[in-house]
Amino acid sequence: MKQKNIKIKDYSIQLRERKKRGIYFPVFVIILYLCISIFNPIKALESLMVSGKLFLHLIPIFLLILFFMGIINYFVDVSQIRKYVGKESGLKGWLIVTIAGILSHGSIYMWYPFLRDLREHGMRSSLVAVFLYTRAVKITLLPIMIYYFGLAFVAVLTIYMVIASIVEGKIIEIIEK
Amino acid sequence: MGYKKDRSILSSFTRALKGFREAIPVLLGIILLLGLFETFISEKIIASIFTGNLIKDTLLGSLVGSISAGTPISSYIIGGELLKNHVNLFAVTAFIVAWVTVGIVQLPGEALILGKRFAITRNILSFILSIFVSIATVMTLMILK
Repeated sequence: MKQKNIKIKDYSIQLRERKKRGIYFPVFVIILYLCISIFNPIKALESLMVSGKLFLHLIPIFLLILFFMGIINYFVDVSQIRKYVGKESGLKGWLIVTIAGILSHGSIYMWYPFLRDLREHGMRSSLVAVFLYTRAVKITLLPIMIYYFGLAFVAVLTIYMVIASIVEGKIIEIIEK
Repeated sequence: MGYKKDRSILSSFTRALKGFREAIPVLLGIILLLGLFETFISEKIIASIFTGNLIKDTLLGSLVGSISAGTPISSYIIGGELLKNHVNLFAVTAFIVAWVTVGIVQLPGEALILGKRFAITRNILSFILSIFVSIATVMTLMILK
């Protein structure tokens, strides 16, 4: 019981620290903008507009990921997360994240909170890495890629990228041991 | 999939929102940084970096792809332009692979949310792998032809 209380206390301290560090980064970027706006206000404004457009573009993705997180919180137990993508998931876990990574949409960073949530519930770091790597294989963008580089190039590259994602996951697994 | 009766749909979504709320300042920081990158680093600047040396350009391809940010479509367009400008396929492949797998601009955010050690290891490995993927892809294409 005492140990459990210490663990909870540690976690809340960690959470507070994480929140604090989370504020430093955007503050640094805002200071960067302020510095740039002194020397080149037009470029700073232009950057802000690009960011604004990007932000609007990301809102549906944000809602979709939020929906996923909510659904997983509701339907899936911690034990099930461990079963499918945890230490005991085996080959099934690798397969699930590879397919999920390929099918996932939106910018990579929008998935960070979701992945942190899953990892805190037992998902392996190696599988987080596989998911992030396979996100690079964009099925919806394949026709555009084929247009620029040809079918053979895209097919070969896609196969090697999936292999590389597994290699990366395996290396991270070895490092974490 | 299991179903937990002691958990309401509202509390599940509130928990999800709490998880996201904490990450929002970091995500906004990343978005603002991407805005700066897209405004200041043009296609021309990227194309001017390549030298014509196969090994050097492949490494440069990975390096430039790693520090570049934006939608993958931009990397295809720039990659296509680089090929037209006679930059070798090894370099262009390394460039587009690193663009989508390594994220130096997003690295501070990734480190804050997923952990410093994990983010740095993952990005270093992705950088190295982008070179291997590029060599393997182009060599395979050469054999197939």
